[in-house]
Amino acid sequence: MSNAPVNNGRRRFLTAATSVVGGIGVVGVAVPFIGSWNPSARAKAAGAPVEVNVSKIEPGQLIRAEWRGKPVYVVRRTEEILSGLSTHNDQLKDPQSEVPQQPAYATNAYRSIKPDILVALGVCTHLGCAPTHHKGDFEQHVAGVKNGFFCPCHGSKFDMAGRVFQSVPAPTNLMVPEHSFPTEDILLIGVSGGEA
Amino acid sequence: MKKFILAVLVMLPMLATAAGPSIPLDEANNDLRDKASLKRGFEAFINNCLACHQLQYQRYNRTFADLGISDEDGLANYMYTGEKVGDHITNTMPAKDAAKWFGGAPPDLTLEARYRSPDWIYTYLRSFYVDESRPFGVNNKVFKEVGMPHVLQNLQGISTIDENGNLSEATGGSMTVVEYDNFIRDLTNFLEYVGEPNKLERQGIGYWVIGFLFILLFFAYLLKKEYWRDVH
Amino acid sequence: MSFKLMDWIEQRLPVMNAMNKHVTQYPAPKNFNFWYVFGILASVVLVNQLLTGVWLTMSYEPSGDGAFASVEYIMRDVDYGWLLRYMHSTGASAFFVVIYMHMFRGMMYGSYQKPRELLWLFGMLIFLVLMAEAFMGYLLPWGNMSYWGAQVIISIFGAIPIIGDDLTLWIRGDYVISGATLNRFFALHVIALPLVLVVLVFLHILALHEVGSNNPDGTNIKKPKGSVAPEELSQFTFHEQYTKKYDIVDAIPFHPYYTVKDLVAIVIFLIIFCGVMFFAPEGGGYFIEAPNFQPANGLKTPEHIAPVWYFGPFYTILRIIPDKLLGAVGMFGAIIALFMLPWCDRGVVKSIRYRCTAHTVNLVQFAICFIILGVLGTLPASPLYNMIGVVASFGYFGFFVAIWIYSKNEKTKPVPDRVTGE
Repeated sequence: MSNAPVNNGRRRFLTAATSVVGGIGVVGVAVPFIGSWNPSARAKAAGAPVEVNVSKIEPGQLIRAEWRGKPVYVVRRTEEILSGLSTHNDQLKDPQSEVPQQPAYATNAYRSIKPDILVALGVCTHLGCAPTHHKGDFEQHVAGVKNGFFCPCHGSKFDMAGRVFQSVPAPTNLMVPEHSFPTEDILLIGVSGGEA
Repeated sequence: MKKFILAVLVMLPMLATAAGPSIPLDEANNDLRDKASLKRGFEAFINNCLACHQLQYQRYNRTFADLGISDEDGLANYMYTGEKVGDHITNTMPAKDAAKWFGGAPPDLTLEARYRSPDWIYTYLRSFYVDESRPFGVNNKVFKEVGMPHVLQNLQGISTIDENGNLSEATGGSMTVVEYDNFIRDLTNFLEYVGEPNKLERQGIGYWVIGFLFILLFFAYLLKKEYWRDVH
Repeated sequence: MSFKLMDWIEQRLPVMNAMNKHVTQYPAPKNFNFWYVFGILASVVLVNQLLTGVWLTMSYEPSGDGAFASVEYIMRDVDYGWLLRYMHSTGASAFFVVIYMHMFRGMMYGSYQKPRELLWLFGMLIFLVLMAEAFMGYLLPWGNMSYWGAQVIISIFGAIPIIGDDLTLWIRGDYVISGATLNRFFALHVIALPLVLVVLVFLHILALHEVGSNNPDGTNIKKPKGSVAPEELSQFTFHEQYTKKYDIVDAIPFHPYYTVKDLVAIVIFLIIFCGVMFFAPEGGGYFIEAPNFQPANGLKTPEHIAPVWYFGPFYTILRIIPDKLLGAVGMFGAIIALFMLPWCDRGVVKSIRYRCTAHTVNLVQFAICFIILGVLGTLPASPLYNMIGVVASFGYFGFFVAIWIYSKNEKTKPVPDRVTGE
């Protein structure tokens, strides 16, 4: 039917241009659909930083806080525990905490801001079980180490800085969440110092 | 046929206004872009309304973010009840007691501006008058037999109504008429904001989307023209 | 490699053949005008409703205690939730705008006449399911207008003699509209009715492609095989399904010609749609009604209960008849009459262009009456409005009676053998 010769170049250009612009439109339409899967304001409010008063924790005692639905272990370590941390470095996978499982301010020998207060997620880095705290009876799991965490699911072992021992399934040290001490006795889990 | 449809489309809004409210409302002339006004309105709400009326769907931190208030400032200056910044703006008044005191629980005001319109709120809060027959001694021109006392009487003072239904200038308040009108305008502005916190964002995105569609239309139209040269 | 794969699939499921048959080699009359875009627009809105609906379901809470708050949760707390919600609420009204235009197109050009009666019936079923879908969806925000609107509509079923009261109780699942009602409406709205709707749309298109599209001239583009001179045949390639039995004239392949044309229509539609959605999502109180910003309250009726605008015409017919049962009969009768249209119209000429003057007058008065009934449905009842409503209802039903009478021995203009220009 067409008598005029078809200008294929123009046709191709316009098809391409319309497709590109239309494609941008499709991407734009996808934004609200994808964006709506992000945590809502409600989820964020529920996941807001959690305050813990650490002044009441006895030496050697562990308390559990809940932050974003996960257990956070807060332990006041005794002098004895702290001094013992350096004695079993050769049995650990990552004694110097080189894997970034902690904020920069907790990348030290104690994996903490205050040496005596350990803050770590009570979530085994293997498959997410909650390790149990062994206070004084950890030698059944690791000879020569009195205190530590033992994961009942698959036998992963961690020391009192949350560092993982060798020859267990867990690949990395326990996660140390962002935390800070707005005052001497108040621990704020979920936000680093200077931000809040 | 096309003319006919056009005529109907022109007529529809006329019919819509015919069904509008019967009491003439004053125009609020509030501006959602005016953050200072919104902040003043927020403060007015916290100090005068929140004791009875909640904003149970609106969060503090959302309000702070939209109004340009930092969480610390908000916590210090706008929150008195020890809640967290992520909480909804609520009070602790038990609904049952409230119903007993006022003859009905004070309504949540989150969506009041969308339910009643900003102009209604603006007019309502400026239309209380003395009526000794009512439990609180006041009535309202826009909301007959209102259960709410004139909470802002210390600011506005109080009007009387004449037999023609006209309100006198309020007397006995600490504010001038203009001051009070501005105060209510700010409060109205805030309530309109709370009714739909996304309103400005919505319109902003709207301009971009429609602009984009016109570009797409340009190419789509040329493409159609190009292909339809085949059709005779 | 990819050709081999395509062959492999083609032998097992002839996808390319179906594409050719229904898209790239489907003969569409070349003279479609403005009125022919509403079918594709309805599909666009359907997809919009399905997608945004699925996404809203992710954050909505179907319970009497949580529904209203969850809508505000979507509007405030969910990222872009407000946009998804407005897309859905504006889409509901847009659906009826395009469907009404689409139906009116069918009436203007006789697209319901033989051999397209079944196509029309599928379309009417879609319309019916769509109304049910919209009605049930309207309850879900659990606003006060949702509540009382549902109360009024469900009560209509109470007009049925003997079983009426038990039936309304059964529909509600409670003595009042409650969480039980909300939950069943939710299930129907998000699962059952959309499934039915999609199947019906599929059948509607299948039926269309079986008989072929009508056109503004109402001529047949499929001529008996061998009756058309070769130079008069359409020069485009069509699927052998169509060419082996017929000579095709005045037709062009659906793709690319109507796909590019429809794209223009879709973009123009989207501009209008977005204009409403971004700048007036309440639609002046007609798309989202003000009382719906208050939670459902079984003790306090909104001052003026109006159904959403798209139910207006049928609601007015219900309201002006001063008898509960007859009112319901009238309302459903108005819809049944539309179903019966292919048999009310006994004419053979399809398009309004070549039918008698009486038909044009009849159709225009029908459209006017329909719009008047729609406007009245959103206004409060008053004696004057009731009178206008009665007149308009007579106009509405009168259309079907009149067409039955004058179409028998209609004096028509000569129908051209081939399509004319615009």
